[in-house]
Amino acid sequence: MSLDGGPEYPVTTDLSDVAPGSLALVEEPIAFDVEAIRADFPILERTVGGTPLIYLDSANSSQKPRVVVEAVEDHYLNHNANVARAMHMLGAEATEAFEGARAQLAQFIGAHRSEEVVFTKNASEALNLCAYTLGASLRPGDEIVISVMEHHSNIVPWQLLAQRTGAVLRWFDVTDEGRLDLDKAVAEGLLNERTKIVSIAYVSNVLGTINPISQIAALGHAVGATVVVDASQAVPQLAVNMADLGADLVAFTGHKMVGPTGIGVLWGRYELLAALPPFLGGGEMIEVVTMAGSTYAPPPHRFEAGTPPIAQAVGLSAAAQYLSVIGMNQITAHEREITGYALEGLQSLPGVTVLGPNELVDRGGAVSFTLTAADQQPIHPHDVSHLLDSRGIAVRAGHHCARPLHERFGVQSSTRASFYLYTTRAEIDALIESLDYTIAFFGRLR
Amino acid sequence: MKVEELYQEIILDHYRSKHHSGLREPYQAEVQHVNPTCGDEVRLRVHLVGDTVSDVSYESVGCSISQASTSVMADLVIGHDVAHGLGLYEEFLTMMQGKGQIEPNEERLEDGIAFAGVAKFPARVKCALIGWSAFRDAIIQARAQ
Ligand SMILES: Cc1ncc(COP(=O)(O)O)c(C=O)c1O
Repeated sequence: MSLDGGPEYPVTTDLSDVAPGSLALVEEPIAFDVEAIRADFPILERTVGGTPLIYLDSANSSQKPRVVVEAVEDHYLNHNANVARAMHMLGAEATEAFEGARAQLAQFIGAHRSEEVVFTKNASEALNLCAYTLGASLRPGDEIVISVMEHHSNIVPWQLLAQRTGAVLRWFDVTDEGRLDLDKAVAEGLLNERTKIVSIAYVSNVLGTINPISQIAALGHAVGATVVVDASQAVPQLAVNMADLGADLVAFTGHKMVGPTGIGVLWGRYELLAALPPFLGGGEMIEVVTMAGSTYAPPPHRFEAGTPPIAQAVGLSAAAQYLSVIGMNQITAHEREITGYALEGLQSLPGVTVLGPNELVDRGGAVSFTLTAADQQPIHPHDVSHLLDSRGIAVRAGHHCARPLHERFGVQSSTRASFYLYTTRAEIDALIESLDYTIAFFGRLR
Repeated sequence: MKVEELYQEIILDHYRSKHHSGLREPYQAEVQHVNPTCGDEVRLRVHLVGDTVSDVSYESVGCSISQASTSVMADLVIGHDVAHGLGLYEEFLTMMQGKGQIEPNEERLEDGIAFAGVAKFPARVKCALIGWSAFRDAIIQARAQ
């Protein structure tokens, strides 16, 4: 890339003939060694009141390996400047790092072109971007379809859109087992000629359910709808290939995939992105500005108003590289094994009810459950998590930003344990033992 | 302080059977308070006769601390005058914000002193306060009428 007389933005890489996920770096998979992986995450050495920290809240935010933190540090200490508009050496380096991160991410998710990768501040912003830009062509009576298992980030932007446009928000129900109820949807005619947008989570952050995205995308496309996927919980734990998925727009977030906070990604089919209006206005997203009006940059820059999360992109690129070197398939396999082990342990405890699939079929690494003491009195998740925390175990308590889903299951809240590439069987043993203690503690005192 | 000591018998007793629970008529004001972090919710009504709090009724879901604290609050304020209830609110709030350094007045706060330990756990202070804040809010609304 050259700055003298070159385009304002460096020419981004054409990836069409690079096989997805085949990073130049990866020659052959290295054996999966959880202890070696843990050594990359200094925070896991922390202790809580003398006992080791057990971090079972990765679905909320994952921990960061040293290489990611060092990539961010190196960028700030040695290459920092603004991108695209700074015409000097550091500006060129920063731009190259930022656009290089885009190319790396594109490769990681199997995008055809790096221009299909838009950097946002998180998944929520990416989903709001979808709602705002797709919403420009909605009319009263058009329908938007989501599901009852969505994170609030994939509910509220669509509610706001429906309010603005007079469109109708409808949703897939779930079965008692925690799967999308496709039969009911068909019976109800949920998807029909009025459906303009379908937006569904790839993996539920509460139930762990992996949804059949390709099937839903085909159903959506059959009625002419645009298909949006919230892949916030999927990209961290599954090898996701945008070219194969069948969706039109896919959102995910950096901090759940061992990357920094403050950065998210919206992937979109290029032709679709090129047809969408801008989202936020500002610097970087324009072509020509006059007081009478402006023209807009092509994707991805059209959707990146203002100074983007540059160092965060560098960190996220390092994160994608880190995950690729370990191998997404190996991470999926590890997560599956740990989840199976945890489900077994949880089912061995009297008084535990798991929300969502009890078996390992199409299931990711988040397990939410409720607890009751021996006298059938429920033990509230906030009380559970507080007791676990005192024993060094970090879990999440509450509705996990999915209140409608909890309502669907008739519970106000739940406790969620979630796992990642650094989670060990010993940590699951500690969780089960501490839950056993919790049940006994609240039972005994009654 | 160990977490186990937080869960005093008094707290668990109130959690198990919440005093004055349920929504009742008549009432002059109804408020809804939620704690979006953990999902605790309380809907609370007050009825005043002159300067006296003649009833506090509520429907709530949440952790043992929030439920027990609301139950204790209702015990303490029903049948007393408004100024007394608001005074107790201030005292309870001061205790909660005291990081465990404030010696509560047992004569006034009665079962409420069981929550003194909660002040040592910043993440739980909101739980202990939700019912009390709802009460104060409802009083303000009832008196505005
Ligand atoms: C399924 C799902 N969607 C969206 C989000 C939102 O991510 P963020 O808070 O980074 O925008 C999360 C995580 O909180 C999630 O689990």
